[in-house]
Amino acid sequence: MGTVTESRLGAPRWLAIPALLGLVFVLLPLLAMLGRVDWPGFGELVTSDSARDALGLSLRTSLTSTVLCVVLGVPMATVLARTNLPGRGLVRSLVLLPLVIPPVVSGIALLYTFGRRGLVGEPLEMLGVEIAFSTAAVVLAQTFVSLPFLVISLEGALRTAGQRHEAVAATLGASPTTVFRRVTLPLVLPGLLGGAVLAFARSLGEFGATITFAGSLQGTTTTLPTQIYLERFSDPDAAVALSLVLVVVAVAVIGLARPGRGVL
Amino acid sequence: MTARGGEGVGDGVDAGGLLVDVVVAPRDVTVRIEVPPGQTVALLGPNGAGKSTVLGVAAGLVEASSGTVALAGRSLVGVPPYRRRVALLAQEALLFPHLSVLDNVAFGPRSRGDGRSAARAVAHRWLARVGAEDLAPRRPGTLSGGQAQRVALARALAAEPLLLLLDEPMAALDVEVAPAMRQVLREVLLDRTTLLVTHDVIDALMLADHVVVLEDGRVVEEGPTREVLTRPRSTFAGRIAGLNVVPGRWGPGAVTRGEHRFHGRPDGVEPGPGEHVVAVFSPSAVTLVGGPAPDGASNTWTVRVQDVEPAGDRVRVRTRVADLVLTAELRASAAAAVDLAPGAVVHLSVPADAIAVHPAHRG
Repeated sequence: MGTVTESRLGAPRWLAIPALLGLVFVLLPLLAMLGRVDWPGFGELVTSDSARDALGLSLRTSLTSTVLCVVLGVPMATVLARTNLPGRGLVRSLVLLPLVIPPVVSGIALLYTFGRRGLVGEPLEMLGVEIAFSTAAVVLAQTFVSLPFLVISLEGALRTAGQRHEAVAATLGASPTTVFRRVTLPLVLPGLLGGAVLAFARSLGEFGATITFAGSLQGTTTTLPTQIYLERFSDPDAAVALSLVLVVVAVAVIGLARPGRGVL
Repeated sequence: MTARGGEGVGDGVDAGGLLVDVVVAPRDVTVRIEVPPGQTVALLGPNGAGKSTVLGVAAGLVEASSGTVALAGRSLVGVPPYRRRVALLAQEALLFPHLSVLDNVAFGPRSRGDGRSAARAVAHRWLARVGAEDLAPRRPGTLSGGQAQRVALARALAAEPLLLLLDEPMAALDVEVAPAMRQVLREVLLDRTTLLVTHDVIDALMLADHVVVLEDGRVVEEGPTREVLTRPRSTFAGRIAGLNVVPGRWGPGAVTRGEHRFHGRPDGVEPGPGEHVVAVFSPSAVTLVGGPAPDGASNTWTVRVQDVEPAGDRVRVRTRVADLVLTAELRASAAAAVDLAPGAVVHLSVPADAIAVHPAHRG
């Protein structure tokens, strides 16, 4: 009985054809890449000095930028979801800007902010702090492009959770800080984790803004995507092997995020 | 009982009552409601009358445009919800899903600054008080509606509120579990300052000392529960008391409403001519006859049948005349003798000595 209803109310059958086409379109390039992997030399290719440096740097910087995204993004999402400030819609659009502008443009913008002659970079340099073309620059570039992912996920989770539990907590004598810590955050934890995973994945794959703003110095600013880009002509086998590593990490991240309800 | 959690079980924490005398302009609510210390006031009224707004104002969740809110001799104007000591129990339990039942109840004591184990000891006591101690280790998601509502009550009481707000606490419960919850409430509300929003006459009868009836954001009737339910002056109070209430003006010997006249016996002093009065009569005093209008009979009106439903061993017939709904309760044999199809025209009559006439409430 149930199956009859489901098949009757399901999507039109012809939709299956374009849907299947889309799936093939997503999977085929990955399979094509797998077909070109130099399996006998794989171990050596992904454990070379430059490869290990790049992978280590990518994981370190992505983790750091994810932490930064949480530290900055949680308050941003909370303010957007829980206050009625005028111009909130505009602020939200501005926050989402890094999602839609090309990463290379983000890199240029960061360069004119934190670069040597930049708005903030110049005074910082006088204090002896140099950001551009350093590991810090990699983290900044990754944080810049990843922050909207965390803010969007968390704001959605906050809106879905609503404020009724928070109101009850307040009438039980909990101060706003206690409510935030003991009620709001636990209620939206799945959304927060999902957002953090998205931000991490975005950071891991960041390339355009990073190479523009941070350049490529082995062990300092050459992340895994940059390494792949640089090696794709000089050593295609290495590029393919490292790409596979990145795919595996990404799949692992998605697997991790799946319990985070409805986020991915 | 020296532990903090032992307080509030009717031992004098409720030293003062509640006064809500406010205007909430955006919702067109202008009310003055008092809850004497240690008493329970039931707030009745149709949907959208402003009952929840009043609760929101008392809890600090809705801002009044102007006026006074005071509890236990202290003004609550500008005091944030978490400093008011006003706990709210709504239709839904709204337990925190990430905390165990015990930690839900311990939430109030913890927020007050108690340590974890002290707060849990208080929570255990309150769970026992509402008969839900065995639920302590459970997660809220595994509870039935009735269990969750008991836990929510324990959680509200464990916060040691000076005022308890109940927003239709039984409305979402199954009819089988509501009586047990009502009995628990009856016990814990004794000597506790409480404002109770309800639709249910049984809640008002069993739990409330006083009744306030709201309509369209104004108080239309108030008084001791028994008096309001036996001598209702507003159509809403009449409806929930199961009585017909016909507002009108006192003419010579009858309540006049448009071209209709309801002869009755004034309750106490005879009202002056033109005074606002209500005619109140029980549905079981009403008889219905079909066919042509009986000639010259007093207190007989031609009405239209709206709907018919069973009421115990009787049949309840709602009829309409102009904008007035009048209910008749007939024996099945009497009902069978009349055509009661919705829309049918029948003649409704009430003996004059079954109609009580009271002065209308002037709010």
